[in-house]
Amino acid sequence: MKWVKVIVSFILTLSFLSFPSCAFQSDELLVDDEEFGLEGAPQHRSPEPIPTRSPPVTSPTRKRHSDLDSDSKIQFSLDHAFGDSDFSPAGTFSARLKTWSHGGQTLTKLRFSRNSFSDVEKEKFKNLLESDDFYRIRLPSNVLNPPGRDFIISSVKARCLPRESLDEHFVIHMEGVNVLAVNYGSPGSCPYPRNLKLPAKWSFSSHTVLKNSEQAPRAPVFTEEILGGENAEGEVVQPAERSFWAKYWMYLIPLGLIVMNAITQAMNMPEEQATGQVPAQGQPSAGAVRRGPSSAVRRR
Amino acid sequence: MAIRSFLILFILFFFSSLNPILSLYEDQVGLVDWHQQYLGKVKQAVFHTHKTGRKRVVVSTEENVVALLDLRQGEIFWRHVLGSNDVIDGIDIALGKYVITLSSGGSILRAWNLPDGQMVWESSLRGPKHSKSLLLVPTNLKIEKDNIVIIFSNGRLNAVSCIDGEVLWEKDFEGESLEVQQVIQPPGSNLIYVVGFASSSLFEMYQINALNGELLKHESAAFSGGFLGEVSPVFSETVVALDSTGLILLTVSFQNGISFQQTPISNLVKDSFGPAKIIPSSVTGIFAIKMNAVTIVIRVTDENKLEVVEKTNHETSISDALPVSEGQQAFALVQRAGPEIHLRVKLAHNWDDNLLKESVKMDQHRGLVHKIYINNYIRTDKSYGFRALIVMEDHSLLLLQQGEIVWSREDGLASIIDVTTSELPVERDGVSVAKVEHNLFEWLKGHMLKLKGTLMLASPQDIAAIQSMRLKNSEKSKMTRDHNGFRKLLIVLTRAGKLFALHTGDGHIVWSYLLQSLQKSKVCQHPIGLNLYKWQVPHHHAMDENPSVLVIGKCGPSSDAPGALSFVDTYTGKELSSLSLVHSVAQVIPLPYTDSTEQRLHLLIDADKHAHLYPKTPEAISIFERELSNIYWYSVEDDNGIIKGHALRGKCTGEVADEVCFDTRELWSIVFPSESEKIIATVTRKLNEVVHTQAKVIADQEVMYKYISRNLLFVATVALKGSGEIGSVTPEESWLVAYLIDTVTGRILHRVTHHGSQGPVHAVFSENWVVYHYFNLKAHRYEMSVIEIYDQSRADNKDVWKLVLGKHNLTSPISLYSRPDVITKSQSYFFTHSVKTIAVTSTTKGITSKQLLIGTIGDQVLALDKRFLDPRRTVNPTQAEKEEGIIPLTDSLPIIPQSYVTHALRVEGLRGIITVPAKLESTTLVFAHGVDLFFTQLAPSRTYDSLTDDFNYALLLITIVALVAAISLTWTLSERKELQENWR
Repeated sequence: MKWVKVIVSFILTLSFLSFPSCAFQSDELLVDDEEFGLEGAPQHRSPEPIPTRSPPVTSPTRKRHSDLDSDSKIQFSLDHAFGDSDFSPAGTFSARLKTWSHGGQTLTKLRFSRNSFSDVEKEKFKNLLESDDFYRIRLPSNVLNPPGRDFIISSVKARCLPRESLDEHFVIHMEGVNVLAVNYGSPGSCPYPRNLKLPAKWSFSSHTVLKNSEQAPRAPVFTEEILGGENAEGEVVQPAERSFWAKYWMYLIPLGLIVMNAITQAMNMPEEQATGQVPAQGQPSAGAVRRGPSSAVRRR
Repeated sequence: MAIRSFLILFILFFFSSLNPILSLYEDQVGLVDWHQQYLGKVKQAVFHTHKTGRKRVVVSTEENVVALLDLRQGEIFWRHVLGSNDVIDGIDIALGKYVITLSSGGSILRAWNLPDGQMVWESSLRGPKHSKSLLLVPTNLKIEKDNIVIIFSNGRLNAVSCIDGEVLWEKDFEGESLEVQQVIQPPGSNLIYVVGFASSSLFEMYQINALNGELLKHESAAFSGGFLGEVSPVFSETVVALDSTGLILLTVSFQNGISFQQTPISNLVKDSFGPAKIIPSSVTGIFAIKMNAVTIVIRVTDENKLEVVEKTNHETSISDALPVSEGQQAFALVQRAGPEIHLRVKLAHNWDDNLLKESVKMDQHRGLVHKIYINNYIRTDKSYGFRALIVMEDHSLLLLQQGEIVWSREDGLASIIDVTTSELPVERDGVSVAKVEHNLFEWLKGHMLKLKGTLMLASPQDIAAIQSMRLKNSEKSKMTRDHNGFRKLLIVLTRAGKLFALHTGDGHIVWSYLLQSLQKSKVCQHPIGLNLYKWQVPHHHAMDENPSVLVIGKCGPSSDAPGALSFVDTYTGKELSSLSLVHSVAQVIPLPYTDSTEQRLHLLIDADKHAHLYPKTPEAISIFERELSNIYWYSVEDDNGIIKGHALRGKCTGEVADEVCFDTRELWSIVFPSESEKIIATVTRKLNEVVHTQAKVIADQEVMYKYISRNLLFVATVALKGSGEIGSVTPEESWLVAYLIDTVTGRILHRVTHHGSQGPVHAVFSENWVVYHYFNLKAHRYEMSVIEIYDQSRADNKDVWKLVLGKHNLTSPISLYSRPDVITKSQSYFFTHSVKTIAVTSTTKGITSKQLLIGTIGDQVLALDKRFLDPRRTVNPTQAEKEEGIIPLTDSLPIIPQSYVTHALRVEGLRGIITVPAKLESTTLVFAHGVDLFFTQLAPSRTYDSLTDDFNYALLLITIVALVAAISLTWTLSERKELQENWR
């Protein structure tokens, strides 16, 4: 029995160790263009990090089984068409199919090998470039039993592709083993008045990205909900207070003017009384002296 | 002293006008908003024939409304909207005080108190299988002093007490293929006959004791010819049916054993027109059949002989029987002939004489008479008089009495399909303008009252008079364009195929037009109205033309049914032209191009994915061909889970050689895995939406550029299991995926999964954001999420010097074939209500901040500031962020009671909310429709560009007067003083 226990614990530790590496593997994506390697082009790596969906639930019991997750190699083909022509094979995607213990299957380590254009195809592509027509590609919607329900089609104006060589960029949106959509186009920009430009080299430089769905951020949960509610309402009330000056300035300015006027008047009044009293006392010389400052007040 | 008193007056005024305005005041209700209540097309009406109150009628409608109407004016006493999943099967009045309704496929029986509409009782009826639902309220059938209601539904016959809704007895009819057609209760007896067909050739009759549900007799007889459609009871123990070919009439009598009597229709009428259809009626001894457009009224004599009494080409409606005196029944027939309708009331046993014969002039645009209900009253000379309630083809309801229309209700407006707006004519000489105040005295009186009101000297009566004056302000219902763009025409298309133009000022109907292309005709049996588009909007170089709208309809519900177009002038309400198309209409794309007469180019896509261009003019074709390579469109196949993108290729080839037909080709496709995702919602931006600026300045003087593309599509999918009702799955089995898709290239710009969430999804897309509402199963609450999408490729245009030197890429044309460099921000919030629809406010220039208009489950419209749904809300915003207007993060969205746009009103059966910009930037016009209509003006950031309605002009005037007085006073004072001093 002891032996059994030891073995079990050994398997357990192994599985614990191996699981993270498994999960890590899914994050990795090798972009490869072997065809092209023959022609001497440098190897391209995907410029973007690839978000992959982590398994939704990872409880310890499941981790124990993770070493049962199996890998298998699969291949599916890429077809292309020039304008409205029929589709013909253009390359092969190969990937590892990872089967998770909870039943899900995902693709990892996607590689792409592109067939180079034959002379006929080159001619067709040149025609496309001249007529500013569409270059179309398609993928099966299910990689396990192609073509699945239907083919996934994507297209791009042919004039977007040529640069030094023919640059192409695939973003493949996956849901398990199903391909939802493929975004196909040039890796950079394709400015609008599309000018006719023939590629210097008739070879493809391909970038592929595999994308899975992201998790949505959870709604925030607060314990002190009441506080938040108050804040929110306080925010609404505020503008009303701020608009006070904006709303009543036309009353406040005249009010200020009137007050000013009243003060001036009030200051004039006692003086007037004073000047009125002085002549009554029969001292015209003193009145003449005082006239100076009183007029100064008025001028103010 | 004078100055001091002025001051006091001033301060008083000051404080009286200090109250800040948060929402609507009580006296502002009805100033800019209006509310109209409707019922929908009446499908059953029962007159209240109680001795004391014969002035009411109970109706049930196709919008599932049960209502009590005043027979004198047609006003609604009370009304209940039962909801779309609670279809009314039958109504009746019991005990003279209860309205009985049977609904939800015969499973819910309710009694409402007749005077006030309170529910008295409700009982739910179950049964073994699905069947026809029949409601019967016998007049003199009592079980222990208890009046009963007989209901046949779901394969079970129930007797229910009128008093408390208790089921007294029940009897199942479980025969394998038994289809019960009629339940007959001969008056004055305690028997119930249940008749029906079994296995298509067997006639079954059950006789049941009405007092205890005991089966007394069961008989069945086979008829080799089979049966077709319905049966019509002619006597209490005789029914009429049709054989399976529809050519032979069968009189089935089951008094003493079942006996059939066959009468070929060709024996009755010489020229037979193919298979007939029975129009059921409850009149003793009379029934009607319809063959193509011919209606034949047939009388059954005592020996079960059939006899044609009338044959007519006119559409005829027959009312139910109305007992007049002992053993006598009256019924009415109504027909349309040209501009008049003819109404005849006859006694059931006496066809040759008319009790009443009237002709009533009827508006051509009401169409044919669909239904008639009659009621009798005693005239002043003690003879019988009859009044008739008729339902017209346009779903309107009218009461006829003494050869006149007493009242009419435009109940077609309860079922609006689509809405668009049109400008009113510019005010010019000769353009009709609503009358102004009648005379000088009235005018002076009005202004005196207003002055009194502003000086707060008005008595309560005066205040009431002022309020009614404000509400009846003739300015707002003028038939010309106004400076602020508040007055417009709302053009609405109803399910009946009628166009109405409503004035936004007070909601009155300016004109209405019954579209001929959407009427039942020989070529088109089931026309359906689809959409309304602005066809011609006169602008600078076509000012003299009237604006017009395009109405698109199709013939029948199938996808390849041929389409029909109509062009209607919105000023006059006349049809300019109409077209019946050879191709179907699957999709309509209004293009952003207009021809020299300002007619908008429209592209109609048919079921075979051919594109057809309208108008079919050479000019339009030349404009279109120039832009051919830049036109893309997409199609969503909901049931398949596929979205496809298409482009145009060139002129159609093959058998359809047409100048305006274009071939299309498929560019991209997105295939959702059928087992895990199902499309439940797709939303795009409004085509005419205006965005003021692409840049958004955020807190620390940073700039973010909104990703503004007209070609974005929001798609929501749910797990196949989770597409049912809320709560039908566990959170683990259900998820919701939201996508943002570029419809030109088919790129998925954003994709996010909400685990444990479920539909229904309601979404709204505006500028660079989308807000969607769904149910979170884990939190057991509704949630609203926002996604905002920003363009990163322009993010480095922040440097002022770059902008000055022109080294920026802001003016370069954008091509969607470039790889997009976008980032998204999103956030979810809890929301208390479940939602019927969501809309967003729109203004002319797009400067004013936005509000979401949420149609709640309570049929109200709630305005929620978009700022609450900002993904950048944080728990503790910095000072800079606060200045920007970011609200501290909360987990749920607040519902502020004052922000209900509909204030105290309800828009029953709310289906849609439409927002239209006014010319004034701050204001948007909101129109909500359902069974009711509601219209109002909204200013999401308040009316910052105009003085508000409650602006105190009097105070401003007094201030000016006071200032002038003060200036002149001080001036004279100083003059005098100077004079005095000079004299010294």
